[in-house]
Amino acid sequence: MSDDSSRHLRMTRRNSRRAFLGGALAAAAGALATGCGKEGMEAFLQRNFRELSRDDLDRIIRRLEGEAQRKYGRRIRIGAEPAMQGVVFGYALDLSRCVGCRRCVHACVKENNPSRDPEIQWIRVLEMEKEKGVDLEAADAYYDPAEVPREGHFYMPVQCQQCRNPPCVKVCPVGATWKEKDGIVVVDYNWCIGCRYCMAACPYGARHFNWAEPGIPSADLNPVTHYLGNRPRPKGVVEKCTFCIQRTRKGLYPACVEICPTGSRKFGNLADPKSEIRYILENKRVFLFKGELNTQPRFFYFYGV
Amino acid sequence: METLRTFGHFTRDSLALLVRGDRYYYGWIAFLLLLMALGGFAYAAQVREGLIVTHMRDQVSWGFYIGNFTFLVGVAAAAIMLVIPAYVYHWGPIKEITLLGELLAVSALVMCLGFVLVDIGRVDRFWHIIPFVGRLNLPSSLLAWDVLALNGYLLLNWTVVTYLLYCSYTGKAYNRSIVIPLVLSSIPMAVSIHTVTAFLYNGLAARPFWNSAILAPRFLASAFCSGPAILLILLQILRRTTRLKVQDEAIFKVAELMAYTMGFNLLLTAAEVFKEFYSNTEHLVFIRYLFFGLKGHTGLVPFAWASILTGAVAFLLFLVPRTRTNWVTLNIGCVLIYASVYIEKGMALIIPGLTPDVLGDIYVYRPSLTELLVAAGIFAMGFLVFTLMLKIAVPLMLGEFPGPASKGQPLRKPAAYIS
Repeated sequence: MSDDSSRHLRMTRRNSRRAFLGGALAAAAGALATGCGKEGMEAFLQRNFRELSRDDLDRIIRRLEGEAQRKYGRRIRIGAEPAMQGVVFGYALDLSRCVGCRRCVHACVKENNPSRDPEIQWIRVLEMEKEKGVDLEAADAYYDPAEVPREGHFYMPVQCQQCRNPPCVKVCPVGATWKEKDGIVVVDYNWCIGCRYCMAACPYGARHFNWAEPGIPSADLNPVTHYLGNRPRPKGVVEKCTFCIQRTRKGLYPACVEICPTGSRKFGNLADPKSEIRYILENKRVFLFKGELNTQPRFFYFYGV
Repeated sequence: METLRTFGHFTRDSLALLVRGDRYYYGWIAFLLLLMALGGFAYAAQVREGLIVTHMRDQVSWGFYIGNFTFLVGVAAAAIMLVIPAYVYHWGPIKEITLLGELLAVSALVMCLGFVLVDIGRVDRFWHIIPFVGRLNLPSSLLAWDVLALNGYLLLNWTVVTYLLYCSYTGKAYNRSIVIPLVLSSIPMAVSIHTVTAFLYNGLAARPFWNSAILAPRFLASAFCSGPAILLILLQILRRTTRLKVQDEAIFKVAELMAYTMGFNLLLTAAEVFKEFYSNTEHLVFIRYLFFGLKGHTGLVPFAWASILTGAVAFLLFLVPRTRTNWVTLNIGCVLIYASVYIEKGMALIIPGLTPDVLGDIYVYRPSLTELLVAAGIFAMGFLVFTLMLKIAVPLMLGEFPGPASKGQPLRKPAAYIS
């Protein structure tokens, strides 16, 4: 038996056992927890994304699209494009160019459907004093001068570093977050139990929690989404930057790269020796944020000039 | 089949016992139910609105709930402070009260699981962490290990006390080859629940305040003085309110053991403080926030010093034989130890671990009214469980259980519980 088919068999066995146990459990608690009805029960019993068959996934996506339409009064599309063969995404940010304008922050919000009220932002731009270097004690994320950049300061945007050795994935008690083949660390919003252990484990503050029902004006909703990325999230789950998985898996740049007015942000395929990102890694002075923690980011800070 | 039927009688007689009592009993139960109702309402609002009704935010993503959880794991682990002298060193006077320690462990674990449950954002998905039903991320997630360790320890203690009580109900001697291995295995299990809970924090390199090798020993040392502190007070209440005999010797012996563990606890804390201040690296910022405040934020400072001070005074009270055997100073010492460790685990562990956050932001966390009410409700639930279990256990221990006697069967009076 080939490795794949034996794995499939194991999976099916496990699933049927789980379906049985889960069914018994659901009879007790399902209706109570999510309201009566077939859809509520189905949502309650839904398996982890990585255990879903293509058919299950299609049906779930249709259900989620229907839910979003009822909630926001707009049609949205939830894609599930898999990682492309031979692609590993990498990101580089030129600290000598970034002026701290925070257009990336707003472009990210517009693209990724985070809650506006309460406010969630995936990118935090830190204003630092040149004299002190990267010193988090002297960093200010709430700077508000009339004009940027301010004299004597430099700016360091921080978002998910898509670690090769991600502490958040290691600690998740239920496997609701994992690293995809193209290097993107994703969250299954329908499997996360909201324990927030990953938030305690992340050294970059990249993970954000939906403390309340996400508030997004329906006019602001981006209808082009991905299951593991910017689809509307429920309350009580964790979310994070996914390198705009809904864009990058179709060959587009992440929203923050596209908007950056100074060209500080670079993105590309680490597996392609002729890519710009590889040129940067080979020719520029690069540093990894909190490199001593051995998280091995795929997000590289560099000095272009 | 016969056993099953007898067990049915046991359950029925036990339940019948729970509804009988004087007005103090009913008043106490009503008070606990009232607190639970308040907590229940607060929790219902939390489920409806989300965890936004707490004061936790992205920067401080764990707070009062997880602090209480951590403290109570220690209380649960402390049951072995009675098991070890009784079963490893065969010290007689303590054997009679070991069962009470195990009941305390069971109720502490019920509260632990309650605190974990109210802390998660999607309580409707709790089944994801149930082994074989959900998808436990083993071996890599310490939280998954914690689920196993805590539930295993709960099951173990629950089984032992139920079996022992059932045996004295039927008047038959219990099977030593079942009970003794279970009781002995509760010793490493108790150590492991608190160690795994410590590793939960300890393993996070992102949080230098927790990422210290002596965190687990510190957890154990503090647990082994705070858990018995509660027990000593409870034992004194019990021998006043019931006919249960608890020898002075047993209480003083436990107090003596607490002096050692408290001393060890203070030593480990001092070692931690020395390492941070003398090496004076950027990691000092967390302990500075705790003891001196940072950038004008000094909310934790009085708590931090209060914890140190109460711990030190309690240590002296328990160290000196005269104050250890004086009921007034002994009880003051118990309250001080409780206060010291509760503050240390509840406030001085979680909050400075997360403040400043990983990017240097200082978010000042203090529990919201919802968190206080929900916590009060969970404590009330734990006390209720403990009270109800005692209501059944005490008459059984005294040989006064009404069940079989009323059916004309003789009841053997079990003087020493497990021997």
